[in-house]
Amino acid sequence: MTDEKNSSVSMEMRISKLRNGAVIDHLRPGTAMKAIQVLGVTDGSTLSIGMFLDSKKMGRKDLIKIENRTLTTKEINKIAVLSPEATLCNIRDYQVVQKTKAHLPREISVIVRCNNPKCITNHEKVGTLFAVVEDNPLKLRCRYCERAMSGDEIELI
Amino acid sequence: MAANQDKYFRKFQGADVISIRDFSEEEILFVLDYARRFEAASAPVLQGKILATLFYEPSTRTRLSFESAMIGLGGSVMGFTDAAVSSAAKGESVRDTAKMIEGYADVMVIRHPLEGSARAAAEGAEIPVINGGDGANQHPTQTFLDLYTILKNKQTLRGLHVGFLGDLKYGRTVHSLAEALSHFDCRMYFIAPEMLRMPAHILSELDQHGITYSETENLYEVSRELDILYVTRIQKERFPDPLDYEKVKNVYILNEKLLEHVKSDLKILHPLPRVNEIDPALDAYPQAEYFQQSKNGVTVRKALLSLVLGVQL
Repeated sequence: MTDEKNSSVSMEMRISKLRNGAVIDHLRPGTAMKAIQVLGVTDGSTLSIGMFLDSKKMGRKDLIKIENRTLTTKEINKIAVLSPEATLCNIRDYQVVQKTKAHLPREISVIVRCNNPKCITNHEKVGTLFAVVEDNPLKLRCRYCERAMSGDEIELI
Repeated sequence: MAANQDKYFRKFQGADVISIRDFSEEEILFVLDYARRFEAASAPVLQGKILATLFYEPSTRTRLSFESAMIGLGGSVMGFTDAAVSSAAKGESVRDTAKMIEGYADVMVIRHPLEGSARAAAEGAEIPVINGGDGANQHPTQTFLDLYTILKNKQTLRGLHVGFLGDLKYGRTVHSLAEALSHFDCRMYFIAPEMLRMPAHILSELDQHGITYSETENLYEVSRELDILYVTRIQKERFPDPLDYEKVKNVYILNEKLLEHVKSDLKILHPLPRVNEIDPALDAYPQAEYFQQSKNGVTVRKALLSLVLGVQL
């Protein structure tokens, strides 16, 4: 058995196959918990989370399985700000019925905090809104204080 | 041209003036051209209209020139000049205050220390909101009057050599003006001590526009190249460390000696107030344009009030 097969088997042992639900794969390592927060999957759905898994493509990656719930393209796009390479597979009876890659929306609302301490969004009940100025490397601009923020400065609310 | 103008008049009617970034090159030029009408003529076209001035921070020029513009066009003014006497002291949000003011006035101008406050106010109110300065972010009517002053003196905004001197790090006027001039392919010279250099994010935007610029600490290295020298005060209130302010507060003091090292038709601009950076002895020379620039503030603000209220002169 090759190392790759070994790795694949060991991953299956860690996270069992999904009958119905959604798999979010190719998340950047360490972002799974934030992705769950952004997706708002806190409705009692059973979640399986793999973190820092071996990945041929990414070196390391995170993965989330959500049982008995599918996700929309719009929802997966929300986590592109964390993991631009993320993919979504919706599963029915163990079969992939939809496969989608995350795409960065042109605007990101509410989920990201402005890193300017003097921005009104950090003082009053004003929901944040950022324009995506550049995709790669990621650069956002706050609608309110107009401060530009790079991908590594992003902090989720 | 008339049809084009109608398009812009319609666009500005009821609009907010929050950031110079919101305006295209054509829209900026339209405002500057329209403002020329207010140089000579005046009429009570805003009679019956009320301007609310919401000043959460001190201001002399901006507030008084807005008041002068509104009264000059026959309108009335009400407002406050101290957040401590407003409902902000009770914890009212900017949006709520703006929403409330829309029931009292036809247009409002707001100055607030928090960045983005004017945008939030505009979202709360149906009437036009004009940003009179939001922290270190934007002061668009200042930028319009700076551009107006340059255009009036040079008959063009295109291809000029413009020097920015002093506090380029914290000065919102220089950030906005540099951004606005990037529409017009100007050559820019940033003259500042190391700790007050133009921020990287502004330089990066100029790079994106393909603007040629250079940075130096020595004014005399570039002074002969300049058509416009935009001087700013080193702003004591923006320094986190007072010792840093002491190190740079008098680093540039312009006096009559400068005139030996500049073009004869150079114009010196300053958003005022000045402290020590321009010797009053320079005021008498034709290069000193800053008091006229301040006066232009009334002309430009008249034009903007008239545009957003949809009443043409």
